[in-house]
Amino acid sequence: MSTASKGLTAWLTTEEPNSARHATLQNIWRVWSRFASNPLGVAGLVIILLLVFVAVFVPWLAPYSPFEQNLRETLMAPNGQHLLGTDELGRDILSRILWGSRITLSIVAIVSVIVAPIGLIVGCLAGYYGGWLDTILMRVTELFLSFPSLILALAFVAALGPNLNNAIIAIALTQWPPIARLARAESLSLRNRDHISAVRLMGASSLHIVIAHIAPLCIPSVIVRITLNMAGIILTAAGLGFLGLGAQPPSPEWGAMVSTGRRFMLDSWWVGTMPGLSILFVSLAFNLVGDALRDALDPRQE
Amino acid sequence: MVNQVETAISPAKRRLGLRKYSRFGGSLASVLTTLFLLVLLTFIIGRLMPIDPVIAVVGPDADQATYLKVKQELGLNLPVLQQFWIFLKNLLHGNFGTTLLTGRPVMEDIARVLPATVELATVTIILGAGIGIPLGVYAAVNRGRFADHAVRLIALLGHSTPIFWIGMVGLMLFYAKLGWVGGSGRLDLFYEDIVPNVTGFLLIDALLAGDMEVFWSAVTHIVLPASVLAYASIAYISRITRSFMLEQLSQEYVITARAKGVSRRGVIWLHAFKNIRVQLVTVVALSYGGMLEGAVLIETVFGWPGFGQYLTNALVIGDMNVVVACTLIIGCVFIALNVISDLLYKFFDPRIK
Repeated sequence: MSTASKGLTAWLTTEEPNSARHATLQNIWRVWSRFASNPLGVAGLVIILLLVFVAVFVPWLAPYSPFEQNLRETLMAPNGQHLLGTDELGRDILSRILWGSRITLSIVAIVSVIVAPIGLIVGCLAGYYGGWLDTILMRVTELFLSFPSLILALAFVAALGPNLNNAIIAIALTQWPPIARLARAESLSLRNRDHISAVRLMGASSLHIVIAHIAPLCIPSVIVRITLNMAGIILTAAGLGFLGLGAQPPSPEWGAMVSTGRRFMLDSWWVGTMPGLSILFVSLAFNLVGDALRDALDPRQE
Repeated sequence: MVNQVETAISPAKRRLGLRKYSRFGGSLASVLTTLFLLVLLTFIIGRLMPIDPVIAVVGPDADQATYLKVKQELGLNLPVLQQFWIFLKNLLHGNFGTTLLTGRPVMEDIARVLPATVELATVTIILGAGIGIPLGVYAAVNRGRFADHAVRLIALLGHSTPIFWIGMVGLMLFYAKLGWVGGSGRLDLFYEDIVPNVTGFLLIDALLAGDMEVFWSAVTHIVLPASVLAYASIAYISRITRSFMLEQLSQEYVITARAKGVSRRGVIWLHAFKNIRVQLVTVVALSYGGMLEGAVLIETVFGWPGFGQYLTNALVIGDMNVVVACTLIIGCVFIALNVISDLLYKFFDPRIK
């Protein structure tokens, strides 16, 4: 086993990669080993993995139902029965927080899935074609960029109607511009490379070049950028929930739970404090990972 | 002699001036385009509403005739392009329509609530820049050491903390438990409407009236929301200051200055820091604008009667005239800040010629 892993390490660190895939894997390995040497980044990654684990297995992990009311046990302080106390309807706060991880994770996942292709397409089209298309697309992008993301999301949610789906759409609307700008910069630098010229000489259409040859090369940096933005997505979603414009009660969304806790904060501090702490932990974890990832990918910083 | 020098300089000067004007014209056009797009965007937001705006005014039980009459009054029977034209014309006259609840002009309301937010944002930015910039410089100078990591962690925590939550925890701790600061609002109820409203900024108004009790009450009320908001901007400002400083400290002139015997402190503050001042002004200006975002959340928590709370209330009841006006104003503020920081760059950076 140990010789096998030694062999793998040697294969990953050899000076002369044998194939393109070998080189790619070596690259990933280099980034990973730089990432792994950053204890804060690894700590963040552990928290995120834990969150994913909780979200998947919550039906077996949560001690109580997130919705079940128990009016004889309202606003109980943390104790042996309810580790994080109960809320105004006697619901177990720990169970609600655990279930809320699903909402938080799905917001992050759905927003990323919507935003990546939109930003990629807009950016690559603008960067590759240039000219008036570039001018128009980038003007629109800059307009969205010049707004604080929460304000724009708020306005969209108010217009569309407050619920979780609209909150996700609104957050996605505010998150694609930085990706588009990044993809544009990448495709600008790719557009005159030799392999693109070769494809062009072979008679490929511009659209084919953008979709099959430019966009795929932009994907890695887009993924990194989205990772960096995830903490922001979580905070915006929580902010919307707090203002009553995101997930609606009785949904155990963390921001909405803080908002409930505000009504009882003078006597029952735990109702709002606990869900807020989980927002803090998770967004800190994403920030730590993003930070470490940025350092790992940018060796110039060292 | 003097004349000679002047004639030698003036053609160059004139050329420079002309270039400046043409560049100014170009950027003016691009600012106007952005402004137009902003108006278009807010118009679209205002029309997205799934609820029929006519029903919002007349109620669901109104008969057909009233419905049509109101629809006509609101201009909703016109073609969309014409509606946009009317919207644009009203904007140019400073007319944002009236609010759904009170029927008062939105513009008047905003003028009334804005000073409270500006006061909060100003105190915040003084704290944010006053603490964030030295922290960033300190981290850059002690790069890789404990202090650097500590500042980095402070900044990361600031980026990760839900601002509404830390505000709530602060209220529970420093107001409810310890009683060190004031609670909701800008003043204790007891002191409200005592000092005459001159500037709209309570701290200044109280000082002008010479009423120290009111001033103190205002201080205890602003200190917590301002600190909470400032934490976020300290996080942002200190990080950027650090990276600006690192860039400067790696330059060769720093080594030269050290080699010729300038003290460490002299190199840091008189050489390196001097070179990042312009960039810092931009950063501070932008995060001053960013306060509008934080204000929406923090004013709700602290019952601060400002722009953010006004917007939040409108959002909750779906008062789209207010939402559109506020979004438009925030967009304009950011466009203006960008323009101002561009201009600052051009004026202060000798390399941009």
